[in-house]
Amino acid sequence: MDWSTILSNSARSAIGLETVIYALAAIGLNVQFGYAGLLNFGQAAFVAVGAYGIAITVTVAGLPFWLGIVVGLLGAVLLALLLGIPTLRLRADYLAIATIAAAEIVRLVFRSATLREYTGGSGGLSGFAEAFYDLSPLDPGRSYGFGPWVFGSRLTWILVVGWALVALSCVLVYLLMRSPWGRVLRGIREDEDAVRSLGKNVYAYKMQALVIGGVIGALAGFTFGVGRASVQPDLYGTELTFFVYTVLLLGGAARVLGPVVGAAIFWVVLVLTENVLIQAVGAGYIPSSIMSTTQVGQVRFMLVGLALMLLMIFRPQGIFGDRRELAIDAR
Amino acid sequence: MPVPCRATPSPTALRWLLVVAALLLAVLAPAAGALAATPPPAPTAPASPTNEPGATAPAEVDGETITVRVRTADREDVEGAEVTATSGADDPVSGTTDSGGVVELTVPGTGTYAVQLDTDSLAGVAEGLLPQENPIERSVTSGSANPVVFQVSEDGDAIGSAGGTSLSQVAQLTANGLRYGLIIALAAIGLSMVFGTTGLTNFSHGELITLGAISTYFLNVSLGLPFLVAAPLAVVVGGLFGLANDRLLWQPLRRRGTGLIAMMIVSIGLALFLRYFYLFIFGGSRQTYAEYQGQRGVDLGLFSLRPIDLISMALAAVVLVAVGLALQRTRLGKATRAVSDNPALAAASGIDVDRIIRIVWVSGAALAGLSGVLLGLAQQVQFQMGFQILLLVFAAVTLGGLGTAFGAVAGALIIGVFLEVSTVVIPTELRNVGALLVLILVLLVRPQGILGRASRIG
Repeated sequence: MDWSTILSNSARSAIGLETVIYALAAIGLNVQFGYAGLLNFGQAAFVAVGAYGIAITVTVAGLPFWLGIVVGLLGAVLLALLLGIPTLRLRADYLAIATIAAAEIVRLVFRSATLREYTGGSGGLSGFAEAFYDLSPLDPGRSYGFGPWVFGSRLTWILVVGWALVALSCVLVYLLMRSPWGRVLRGIREDEDAVRSLGKNVYAYKMQALVIGGVIGALAGFTFGVGRASVQPDLYGTELTFFVYTVLLLGGAARVLGPVVGAAIFWVVLVLTENVLIQAVGAGYIPSSIMSTTQVGQVRFMLVGLALMLLMIFRPQGIFGDRRELAIDAR
Repeated sequence: MPVPCRATPSPTALRWLLVVAALLLAVLAPAAGALAATPPPAPTAPASPTNEPGATAPAEVDGETITVRVRTADREDVEGAEVTATSGADDPVSGTTDSGGVVELTVPGTGTYAVQLDTDSLAGVAEGLLPQENPIERSVTSGSANPVVFQVSEDGDAIGSAGGTSLSQVAQLTANGLRYGLIIALAAIGLSMVFGTTGLTNFSHGELITLGAISTYFLNVSLGLPFLVAAPLAVVVGGLFGLANDRLLWQPLRRRGTGLIAMMIVSIGLALFLRYFYLFIFGGSRQTYAEYQGQRGVDLGLFSLRPIDLISMALAAVVLVAVGLALQRTRLGKATRAVSDNPALAAASGIDVDRIIRIVWVSGAALAGLSGVLLGLAQQVQFQMGFQILLLVFAAVTLGGLGTAFGAVAGALIIGVFLEVSTVVIPTELRNVGALLVLILVLLVRPQGILGRASRIG
C-alpha cells in the first residue's frame, strides 16, 4: 500500500476541480433549500444549462466566449422562471417531483439525436474552452503550487477562477442573508403563512431565491464544462443533484460555508476510499472474487448513498449546521 | 362517512389477502399461460444468403474498427444485415454482416459514430424483427474492437423508420402503450399506497422494481430454475424486501418522528445505495431471462403482440383488479383506506396502523417486484431499469392523484399509452420528455390529479 500517493491524492482533491464544481452547485442549492426551504431536485439542470450555454454559443454558433457566459446566465434565469411559475405554489414533495422531472427533460433534450446539430447528442460538445485558457496569465510551460498541491498551468488557472467564484458566491450569500431580504426568506422557510400575513409576496421571494440559486448553479456549470473542456449530457443526470444534496447536508444547510466544507470533505473521503480500495485490491488484501478494481467506483457510490441515509437520520444539520435552522422538518 | 370502527383485528384469513392474492395469481396465471405459450417454436428457418457476406467499404487502412454484430434475442446470428456508421463530416461507412452476424466497419478515426441498421435488409430469421435501439451511438476509441450489438426482436419498442402514420401503427402503439402502462400501474399502486398511508414519497421504489427483475434473472439464469418458478419467487423476494424495508428502516424512523422531507431524502440515499449495489453484483450490461426470448408476434388484426406480452398484460390486469377489489371489499382494504384518510382517526377506531402500513409495504413491494419481472420480459434486465421508469411511475401517480390507488392505475394507463402514441408525432428518444411535461402540466392545472381531492395539495 502506497500511503503517500493515497494521502497526496486525497489532499489534492480537497481543492480540486470537482470540489469547486460541487461547492458552487451546493451554494446555489443552499439558497434555495437551506434558506428558502425550496426542495429543488433539479439543480443538475441549472448546472447543465450553464455548461451548455457556453458550449453551444461558442462551438455551434461560433460566437465569443464572454457571450457564452451571458447566454449561460440568462439560460439559468429563464429556466428558473419556467420551472418556478408552475411549481413554486406546490407542496414540498410535489415540488421535488416536478423539479426532478424538469431536470430530466433538460437532460433528455440535450442528449436527443434529433437536436444533435445543436447539442451534440449523447456525445456532447467540445472545443469551446480554449478562449478561457487563452486568458490565463500563467506560464503554460510550468506547474504551480507546493507540497501535494502542484497543478499544471491550465488546471491552476481554472482552479484560481473557480475558487474566486466560490468566494464571491459565499460573500453574496452572506450579505444577502444578513439583509432584510434574507430574513424574509428564512421566515418563509419557517412559516410561509405567517410571512404572507405580514403582507410579503411569498411567491416573488421564492422565485428570487430560485433564480439566484440557479445562477450560482450555472457558475458550477461553467466550471464543469470549461474544466473538462467538454460537455456530455449524462454527466448532468439526477445523480448530480443527489450528490449535491449530500454535499450540502454534509457541510450543513443554511450555513454560508457549509457547502464549501461539505464539498471538500465529500471529495476527500471519496478519493481516499477509492485510492485505499484500489490499492487494497491491487495488493491482494481484498480478494478479487469479492471486488475488482472496476467495482471500486461502485462501492464508493454505495457509500455515498449510505452516508446520505445516515446523515439524514442521525445528523440532519450536518457538521456545522444548526439544528434549529433547518427546513427539513418544517412541515 | 365514518371509517370502519371495530376494536377487534381482522381475521387472519383476510390479513394476508392482499399479499396472497397477488402471489397466487403470480404463480397461477403464467402457469396457465405457459400452455398457450409453448406452441410458437424458436424460429429455425435458415437465412437465405442473398447478400454477399463481408464488409463492402473499408477504405482507409489506418482507421479504427467498429465491430457490429446483429443477432436476434434468441442469440441467433443475422446474416446479410446492412449497417452504416456515420459521424459528423466523414463519409458514411457501410457493410453487410457475414454468416456469423458480424461485420467490421473501418472508420476514419476516433470520435462518436452513429451506427444505423437498415431494418429493410433484415431477412431470414430476423425478417420483420426490429432492433431495440437504432441508431446506436458509440464513441470509438483507438485500439479497441469497439463492439456495437444490434439485438433484434419482435419488440415494438423501437419503431424503426416507419413512413406515414397508419391506423394499424397507432393501434400497435396503443397496444404497446397498454402493455407498458400496465407494468407502470403495478409499480404505481404500491408507491401510491405507501404515500397514502405514510406520506413518504419513496424515491427508492424504482429499486424495488429492479429487484424483481434481477432476482428473476439470478434464479432463472444463474440457478437454472424455470422462469415460472423463478418469477413468483422473485415476487416473494420483493415482498420480503418490502417487509425488511418497513421493519428495519421506515417504522423506526416513523417512531422517531422523522419529518417527511427527511424521510424522502433518506429514500434517495437508499435508492443510490441499492442501485450501485445492483451494479456491483449484476454488472452494467443488459441481460435477458433464459426463456421466452425472441417470440414472434401474434397477429391480432390491427396489431400484433408476442404471446408472452399478452400473458403479461392479462396477469397484470388480473392482479390490478384483485388489488382493487381487495381495497374496496375486504376489511383489510377498508382499513387501508381509512389509514390513508386519517391515520390518527383510524388508530382511534381500533385499527392497528403499523400493521396496515406493514401490509401495504409488503404488498406494494411485491407488486413492484412483479412489475420488474414483467418489465424484464418486455425489455431487458439492467441495474437501473427501475430508476429509469421511476419518473414515469411518479408521473402516473401524480396524474391519478397522489395517494389514490385507482388514480394511480388510471394515470399509469394514460401515461403508458400517451408515451407510445406520442412517438407518432415526436422522435422516439424524446417520448419521456412528453410524459414528464404532462406531469408538470398536471401539477399546473390540476395538482390533485384526476381522481384526487383538492384539499390534498398544500
